[in-house]
Amino acid sequence: MNTPAFPRLSRRRFVTGASAGLALAGLGLSLTSPKAQAKALPPVLSGNQFDLSIGYLPVNFTGADRSATAVNGSVPAPILRWKEGERVTLRVTNHLAHDSSIHWHGMILPSNMDGVPGLSFRGIAPGETYEYQFEVNQNGTYWYHSHSGWQEQTGLYGAIVIEPKDPDPVAYDRDYVVLLSDWTDEDPGDVYAKLKKMSHYYNFQERTVADLWRDIKEKGVARTWNERQMWNAMRMKQSDIADVTGYTYTFLMNGETPDSGWTGVFKRGEKVRLRFINGAAMTLFDIRIPGLKMTVVASDGQNIEPVSVDEFRIGVAETYDVVVEPSGDQAYTVFAQSMDRSGYARGTLTPDPSLTAEIPDMDYRPLLSHGDMGMAAMAGMDHGGSAAGHGNHSQHAASGGDHSGHNMGGMHHSMTGMDHGKHSMKGMDHRRHGMHASSVSDKPGPAGFGSRAEIHHAPSEFGPQVDMRAEAPQSGLHDPGVGLRDHAQRYGRKVLRYGDIRNLYPTLDRRDPEREIQIHLTGNMARYMWSLDGIRFADAEPIRLTYGERVRITLVNDTMMTHPIHLHGLWSELETGDPAAIPRKHTLLVQPGTKISYLVTADALGRWAYHCHLMYHMPGMMREVRVEQGGRGV
Amino acid sequence: MKHFYRYVVLPALLLWATQVYAGGNDDPFLVMGKVDQLELRQTEGDDPVAFEGQLWAGHDLNKLWLKVDSERVDGDYEELELQALYSRAVTPFWNLQVGARRDIKPEPDRNWAVLTLQGLAPYQFEVEASLFVGESGRTALRLVSEYEMLLTQRLILSPEVELNVYGHNDPDTGVGSGLADVQAGLRLRYEMRREFAPYIGLNWQKRYGNSADLAAAEGDDIEDLQFVVGLRMWF
Repeated sequence: MNTPAFPRLSRRRFVTGASAGLALAGLGLSLTSPKAQAKALPPVLSGNQFDLSIGYLPVNFTGADRSATAVNGSVPAPILRWKEGERVTLRVTNHLAHDSSIHWHGMILPSNMDGVPGLSFRGIAPGETYEYQFEVNQNGTYWYHSHSGWQEQTGLYGAIVIEPKDPDPVAYDRDYVVLLSDWTDEDPGDVYAKLKKMSHYYNFQERTVADLWRDIKEKGVARTWNERQMWNAMRMKQSDIADVTGYTYTFLMNGETPDSGWTGVFKRGEKVRLRFINGAAMTLFDIRIPGLKMTVVASDGQNIEPVSVDEFRIGVAETYDVVVEPSGDQAYTVFAQSMDRSGYARGTLTPDPSLTAEIPDMDYRPLLSHGDMGMAAMAGMDHGGSAAGHGNHSQHAASGGDHSGHNMGGMHHSMTGMDHGKHSMKGMDHRRHGMHASSVSDKPGPAGFGSRAEIHHAPSEFGPQVDMRAEAPQSGLHDPGVGLRDHAQRYGRKVLRYGDIRNLYPTLDRRDPEREIQIHLTGNMARYMWSLDGIRFADAEPIRLTYGERVRITLVNDTMMTHPIHLHGLWSELETGDPAAIPRKHTLLVQPGTKISYLVTADALGRWAYHCHLMYHMPGMMREVRVEQGGRGV
Repeated sequence: MKHFYRYVVLPALLLWATQVYAGGNDDPFLVMGKVDQLELRQTEGDDPVAFEGQLWAGHDLNKLWLKVDSERVDGDYEELELQALYSRAVTPFWNLQVGARRDIKPEPDRNWAVLTLQGLAPYQFEVEASLFVGESGRTALRLVSEYEMLLTQRLILSPEVELNVYGHNDPDTGVGSGLADVQAGLRLRYEMRREFAPYIGLNWQKRYGNSADLAAAEGDDIEDLQFVVGLRMWF
């Protein structure tokens, strides 16, 4: 039977005299009183009526007392268990000193229930209660979080588990939520300001003179120069993997630090379902459980054909359900290392809480390759792979079938793409005028196979706000991602790729897309500016969809970061090559310098948010998607 | 005090600020103050204290910028130069800055209009190229470039070069036309935090051409190699 997940009782958390409470008393605002002693967190709430109270909570994850943003006095927020087919009512009361909100991430619901201030509703003012009510017409693993300010970074995130109406196709005896997050003792506003002032502030894994010396010894001066020449000329850094790192972050698993660790107990012979949720603000995690194969059974809440893997990457806001069958006589470490290897979250799966499992070393620190700049893959050019100097050839071996049009020509264009100055003034004007620059093609290819459209860089992409453009982006479908590409060869691990995912059920909407919208993820790393098509959210027009239409969105990543892109209210149906079994996702990772396509059926009217889910990218890298009644579509 | 700021001042500011929108404000007003050099230079005579700093305020693409360059000996300014500039991003890596410069010391004071191209050149060189136009048709050019070599993640060796060229002789302030002086520095800093890095280093200066003649006539050194110890800080 399904056992709700309870993290273990002991917890490094101070719940003492609250400085936050004192200060707030001065403001004349009420506050959910922290409990006098540590308790099991997060609690599980089930049913269809919920009272959620957002307030401050004194916490101590690192040895320093801090104030977190909590729901019902819990960080992470309580696990909500719903039943498919029921109507849920959630009364959310805001006890903070400023506006708040809760967004039900991945839920298909009316737009005024989506919880995005400025789009769905006005937000929840201090002292006010907002009543969310909607029908639950889906099942699986989702999550919820604040969509106001930086509250998600400071603790306002929790899991949603929806029991299916029909028998669950996944067989398991016990399930646990494994919610990953990143905690900083800093004020998130300060983190953002630091990134703007010095974008490499948190990167303490840059290449040093010693790395240069080792490269020269191993490869000689000429090859070392050639490999680094492009990066230096472009003023980019190969070590630029994560904007915010373990330097400030403590990575949490179900609210537990790596020191304390989360513990999940199982009985001999049980199949355990782990519901992984990445509730971090900025951290992509690579997850494995040494000694156990993981069978991935669901992605973003949706059942998929089971895939057996040793390791998978979970982007911010994604969810993956895996089933493991541990043997009954040992403990296992659930290991979630950050993509840049600056730290990890961990837990223990064990038949006996007294057993411990070895914590593995983190893997090598990845470096970006030329492919990550959206340059054509050319044999002998791509040696970036790893800090230890190993090659990085697996990406190209793996990305079979996606080489069309990648040749010397693409390389040549990349070089002209480096001429940033050329169009700058023009680009700046476009930024100010906030034109809608996405290129739209009216003759897209058939559903399921992705884009065949040419890559088009809009005039708005040229200016001081954009530091690079991918000229020959490859498909990101079959690429395991930065830092995972050689794990098969090096460690013998099978790593999940998007191309491996097939929906368990047949595609519901079998129509071919009527049109294709190409959107570029853009930014300037050094200035720490993020945008879509070179236009920040504040200056942008909404993307308009007609109610009922089937449209393809192709994302082209013109940056060197891996961006998790989240579309609210509508499914993002990832085109993985099989039109009959298109997986539905709510958040997609777009790897550096690549493109990826998905289909959207505009079946929900209203104003929806569409953005990068990396917290410090989101303010700029965001759009409103407006689904309106119109003449076209069904 | 910190708590007062975090729980009273910040929320008050947030309430006062515009409505929190879906994505928040991607381009907040920021202020950054930076002390590039605050150092004691060891010479044969009195050891001067050099200060080079900047303060900017503004948004991603548009900023107001103040720059200070000074040298004090025995508590008196031998050199004090101030610049106030408007800075606008013109390309991904370059800013164009226009404004005014005032040399308070050495006396008599001099005023200049300033046009500066400041940014990051390929191969990661920080560059600042300035054109100054002063009263009585005075002109000057200055080129500053700095590079950072990471010996470790926190131990950073930073070579820096500065050149000054003048269009006319200005004997009152000791500059002659043509290449007037070159300054080259090599500083090794340790970033205890990103914001706080003590350093040691060498600073070499040499005057050329008419400027060297003027200095010689005044009995000043034409060439000087100094050992420096200082602090680099920003907020």
